[in-house]
Amino acid sequence: MSKQIGIEVSIACAEAAGLCDVDVVAAYPITPQTHIVEHLSEMVADGHLDAEFVPVESEHSAMSACIGSSAAGARTFTSTCSQGYALMSELCYIAASLRLPIVMAVANRALSAPINIWNDHADLMYARDTGWIQIIAENGQEVVDLTIQAFRMGEDPNVSFPVQVNLDGFTLSHMIEPLTIPDKADVDKYLPPYRPKLRLDPANPVTFGAVGMPDIYTEARKAQDEAFKNSLPYIEKAWDEFGKQFGRYYKPVETYKTEGAETIIISMGSISQTAMTAVDMMRAEGKKVGLTRIRLFRPFPAEALFAAIKGAKNVIVLDRVTSFAGGHVSGPVALEVKSILYDRKHHPKLRNFLVGLGGRDVTDQNFMEMVDQVAASKDDGVPVAYEFINVRE
Amino acid sequence: MVEIRFHGRGGQGAVTSAELAALAAIEEGKYAQAFPSFGPERRGAPVMAFVRISDKPICTREKVYEPNYVIVLDPTLLKLVNVEAGLKEGGIVIVNTTKTAAQVRKDTGIKAKIATVDASKIAIETMRVPITNTTMLGALIKSVPGLISMEGLKHPIDHRFGPIAEKNVKSCARAFEETVVEG
Repeated sequence: MSKQIGIEVSIACAEAAGLCDVDVVAAYPITPQTHIVEHLSEMVADGHLDAEFVPVESEHSAMSACIGSSAAGARTFTSTCSQGYALMSELCYIAASLRLPIVMAVANRALSAPINIWNDHADLMYARDTGWIQIIAENGQEVVDLTIQAFRMGEDPNVSFPVQVNLDGFTLSHMIEPLTIPDKADVDKYLPPYRPKLRLDPANPVTFGAVGMPDIYTEARKAQDEAFKNSLPYIEKAWDEFGKQFGRYYKPVETYKTEGAETIIISMGSISQTAMTAVDMMRAEGKKVGLTRIRLFRPFPAEALFAAIKGAKNVIVLDRVTSFAGGHVSGPVALEVKSILYDRKHHPKLRNFLVGLGGRDVTDQNFMEMVDQVAASKDDGVPVAYEFINVRE
Repeated sequence: MVEIRFHGRGGQGAVTSAELAALAAIEEGKYAQAFPSFGPERRGAPVMAFVRISDKPICTREKVYEPNYVIVLDPTLLKLVNVEAGLKEGGIVIVNTTKTAAQVRKDTGIKAKIATVDASKIAIETMRVPITNTTMLGALIKSVPGLISMEGLKHPIDHRFGPIAEKNVKSCARAFEETVVEG
């Protein structure tokens, strides 16, 4: 059993990718992702990792190189965030539709303007419709584990999709904390070598990324949609087997003190940790509050989420992005939750708060204010699609 | 849980100091977080770094608002920054200064207990550079017994500084001896 060490989470993320024997890393540095890519570059330069490091001239080129290398059958890793993600996004759709299991760590950061290098989920939401699997870490250990699991999930022949590992920029990427780096032999046991069914090989020529005329495009998209839908049990299988081998268990939706909770908060990423502390404080005051954390955002685990929240009278959904929908529909996470509830004819009181934008802190007090506000609100009058909290007027 | 805020100037090692304190705590089997005041790095500008240390797993990602201890790596910051902001009742301000605690109090109006050490002088004499990151950790160990130890710091310092690790350990040990904590 490997012991806990103190390490910066970005470095641990790079080490985890290294433990997976990546063949190709193509990446362009951008704050706050930089340390992940720097460390991988060092590992390759120092001979600790037998991989090709491609120092590309942009994120667009990074994803282009990743698509080429993954299509050739190489295990491929990259990392970016924010504007970098925006620049590479054109290629991200292609990576998913070509069913290439590239793994990308995204050190989540706000999108400009104003220019802001700090953490929110603008880039995570920007990527939500690309067809990538999106998993979200709450702490450093999860960043390590999810990075390893991402290769296993994506490369499962029943899945064959690229995977985004989301870690909050700075809040996680620049944190030094104790965590366990698994032993190489254990990772080798968990993660078999990448053997794609099809790959670009001059000896056996195949075409990747051909044109899809109107007579086939819909069928191709439906096939991709079906495959994405059907990937959920295999994602869960990758988590179950990781749990059995490493003793750390993961689920698409995690709950904390939701048993008998009248109010349930739904959150994603590192603020969930502060939320758990806030839940403990409110429970100590006798308030029946629980927390549901979304670990898998794509494919969206609708059934698991519904099961987690259906007992609550009040649901608080947190979004960490401004989606500029015009004010009368909610943020992206709340939209998913509302859609699930509507389809199941279930109507708890629901409030959507926009929090933690561009590095604004979300404190335990903020969670208590939200819970009190919902408890005090009446369900009459004009519905409020969403509210900003912790904002100066 | 104990929270510490480090004040320094970009390049002086406040971030390194915070990291080493957390690594020492982890080395001793405790839980810890170390993080900078996130943002662009600017040499010479006032910067902060933060540490949390606890016997139990730390389940928060808030910033540090009410530290138990404050460490000031650069005495010129005392005039620019309210280093006592948010300091918890019973807290200590640990300052790199040539002055006594009474003089610092007179100059700054700090109400909390003050610990002083001439870390710049120690660093220059032992390491020939005025970088006080490891030196101020000696002052922390003296001011807050039982939080982290010289023993716990040894491995992180070795790992970080390699050939100049020994000088850093010496500088840290000398600061431990020379730090004066108000009674």
